[in-house]
Amino acid sequence: MAGVGSACLAVALLTALYAVGASLYGATRGRREWVISGRRAIYCVGALCVTAFGLLEAAFLRSDFSFALVAEGSSTDTPTFYKVTALWATQDGSLLLWATLLSLFSTAVLFLTRRSLRDIAPYATAVLGCIGAFFLLLMVGWENPFDTLAVPPAEGAGLNPLLRHPAMMIHPPMLYTGYVGFSIPFAFAIGALVARRTGADWIRATRRFALIAWTFLGTGIMLGALWSYTELGWGGYWAWDPVENASLMPWLVGTAFLHSIMVQEKRGMLKIWNVSLICATFTLALLGTFLVRSGILDSIHAFGASTIGVQFLVFIGLVIALSATLIISRLPYLRSEARLDSLLSREAFFLLNNLVLVGLCLVIMWGTFFPLISEAITGTEASVGPPWFNRLATPLALVLVLLTGIGPVLAWRRFTPSALKRVLAVPLAAVVLALVLLIALTDAPDSPPSLAMFCLVAFVLTVVSQELWRGTAARRTMTGESWPRALSRLTGRNRRRYGGYLVHAGIAVLFLGVAASSAFVDQRDVRLSPGESFEVNGYRVTYREATAKLGGDSAGTGAPIAFGAVLDVRKDGKHYVMRPSRNYYSSGDPSLGTISRFFEGEATSEVDVRWGLTRDLWLAVRPDIGSLEKPIQEADAKFADSPGDVQAFIVAALAERYRSDPPPAAFRAIASPLVLWIWIGGAIVVLGALLAAWPSPEARLRRVRSLYSARVGRELSRA
Amino acid sequence: MEYALALVVLALVVGAVLSLPLRRRGEEEQREETRLAELRAAKEAKYREIRDAELDREMGKLSRDDWRSVDRDLRSEAIEILRELDRLEGRVPQGGMDR
Repeated sequence: MAGVGSACLAVALLTALYAVGASLYGATRGRREWVISGRRAIYCVGALCVTAFGLLEAAFLRSDFSFALVAEGSSTDTPTFYKVTALWATQDGSLLLWATLLSLFSTAVLFLTRRSLRDIAPYATAVLGCIGAFFLLLMVGWENPFDTLAVPPAEGAGLNPLLRHPAMMIHPPMLYTGYVGFSIPFAFAIGALVARRTGADWIRATRRFALIAWTFLGTGIMLGALWSYTELGWGGYWAWDPVENASLMPWLVGTAFLHSIMVQEKRGMLKIWNVSLICATFTLALLGTFLVRSGILDSIHAFGASTIGVQFLVFIGLVIALSATLIISRLPYLRSEARLDSLLSREAFFLLNNLVLVGLCLVIMWGTFFPLISEAITGTEASVGPPWFNRLATPLALVLVLLTGIGPVLAWRRFTPSALKRVLAVPLAAVVLALVLLIALTDAPDSPPSLAMFCLVAFVLTVVSQELWRGTAARRTMTGESWPRALSRLTGRNRRRYGGYLVHAGIAVLFLGVAASSAFVDQRDVRLSPGESFEVNGYRVTYREATAKLGGDSAGTGAPIAFGAVLDVRKDGKHYVMRPSRNYYSSGDPSLGTISRFFEGEATSEVDVRWGLTRDLWLAVRPDIGSLEKPIQEADAKFADSPGDVQAFIVAALAERYRSDPPPAAFRAIASPLVLWIWIGGAIVVLGALLAAWPSPEARLRRVRSLYSARVGRELSRA
Repeated sequence: MEYALALVVLALVVGAVLSLPLRRRGEEEQREETRLAELRAAKEAKYREIRDAELDREMGKLSRDDWRSVDRDLRSEAIEILRELDRLEGRVPQGGMDR
């Protein structure tokens, strides 16, 4: 079936190129049939990509090692879930995932706009066709996922053990969906510029796509942080790693875009800013894909060196050049329709929030690319570490959270200082109360930035609660509905507004977790023998016994060997048992000994976390298998050509030897306050975004009907 | 061999799908033009009806309540015609685009 897969990609490439040509020809010559044909070409690309994706998934599921990609990224003993997801762990597979997601998004948006935006849609089709053709060209020309091996191996290399984590397998599609989703508003923005239709039509048509992309990208970032926290064994969730930063940058600029488009929709302002923001977001999304695959910057998240770095850079350069040229040439069409009435207005604060978000993105970009910049200038590669990022990002994050609270209370156009005092009275009282309680009852004053963040979180949560309360009370006065009904009707009829407020609340909760867990974390690194104990943050941890499992590790990753520990944890009269372990994967290197290879492959930490709303206890173990070195070497010499069952018997005996007479093991224990709230906040953000993106046909019909009524009245009075 | 065969079959299928709008060009365009002309005429007729009803009210032929009911119905019908017109012309009013 590899031939069919390759043919699907080749035909998809030709079809995407046809979509570009047909749409442009149809748009410039006013030939609708060519525009329709171009749009259908994108549908066909979607069908072909999905077919190719399905063929490759089937090859992974049946462990068909005649496919080079399957032999490289899977094995017969890889659990089924990881076989399915192994496709996007490889470079070629992830390109196919990008192209497939893009073709599906493109199909959806072109289908939805098939009867509207006649001026813009053909150019948007051409842009989407170009992006699709680029990814298809990469596969057809350099990284064909359907490459086959002349002599298929009996067994595959297996999935990279570090990737055998549920969050890590869902994280790439989430991230890619986010990256790909931003290509939709980008394509329509370019279409609007080419067609000189720079009103808010393209924004209204693609706003939901941008919001969905933003949500997926944010979810991908949160899952990546969860993977880092529970899999990498260092105990943190964010390291300002280049690949982490590369995903955060488009998210930040995308956040700015989602805010500033509201100003264009309401007031016809910030047109240049909006098209610039979406072009920057899409470019950063491409950059994110490039960084994760190119390996040009050292990262714990970059897997494998790339052969397509130059092609990516050329494409990114073209996108920047085309966008900049188009924006400059259309400046006369991008003039604002209104002026800023007052600095104390929602649009002014949106602009301020945009500047902070873009500023934060620039800081992160500078820090991320500093190694390349320093190498280019001085010849030696230097990098900036987390303290540099924290020093610059913390004040910006504080301002951002403050604006998250102020934005919802302000009105469009202008707001009087007296009205501001009235709406901010309760939130400011909440800040004072929080400050007093934090100083009196906690260690928060030890970290002034954290103390400031806690107060701002109280401010934002009070603002959001106040907005909900006031809105519900007003609705109750008008309709006489009960409180729950009034609240549900209020949010249901104003999903965009209240979904947005929920997102703000989620962001505040997320920052609560970040501020607490980064400033008040308690970490201990110890080396213990069974029976010995240590204390961390009031937890008494005792190493009860060593464990050794063969096949069937607790995380279900398919690791052949797992050495771990059973620990008794006591605090405040309560007793828990925790079982961290370390998985050992066989090496495929034939130069290693018959038995050594079972211990010399990749090894990953299987952290045990006791999650809690107020504090987490995180435990990792690093067993010392050096004591097994001598018996392993002896077994290598003695059982060099032994059959598989004998090898399994020897490995079992060695594991039992470790379990019954374990040497001291190294442990890392981390007690982090409120760290769980990072992901709870993330979940609230997703819920809010879904609420804001959820279609409201009733509201749309009402809005459309009132607009048509007005038009009938207008046209009748004209005649 | 498998690759070449698949390439030809897929290219033929895709080619057939893409050429369909080009082959149907004439008839579809004519159908659309006719429908557009009908709708434009229907819109003008509906506007005339609304104005006539207004005149009837002013001349006392229609009571205020009756006129309200007639006017509401006529405007609803006019809105439906405008919607259909916009759909065919590829225009959607503000608020209607938000997907």
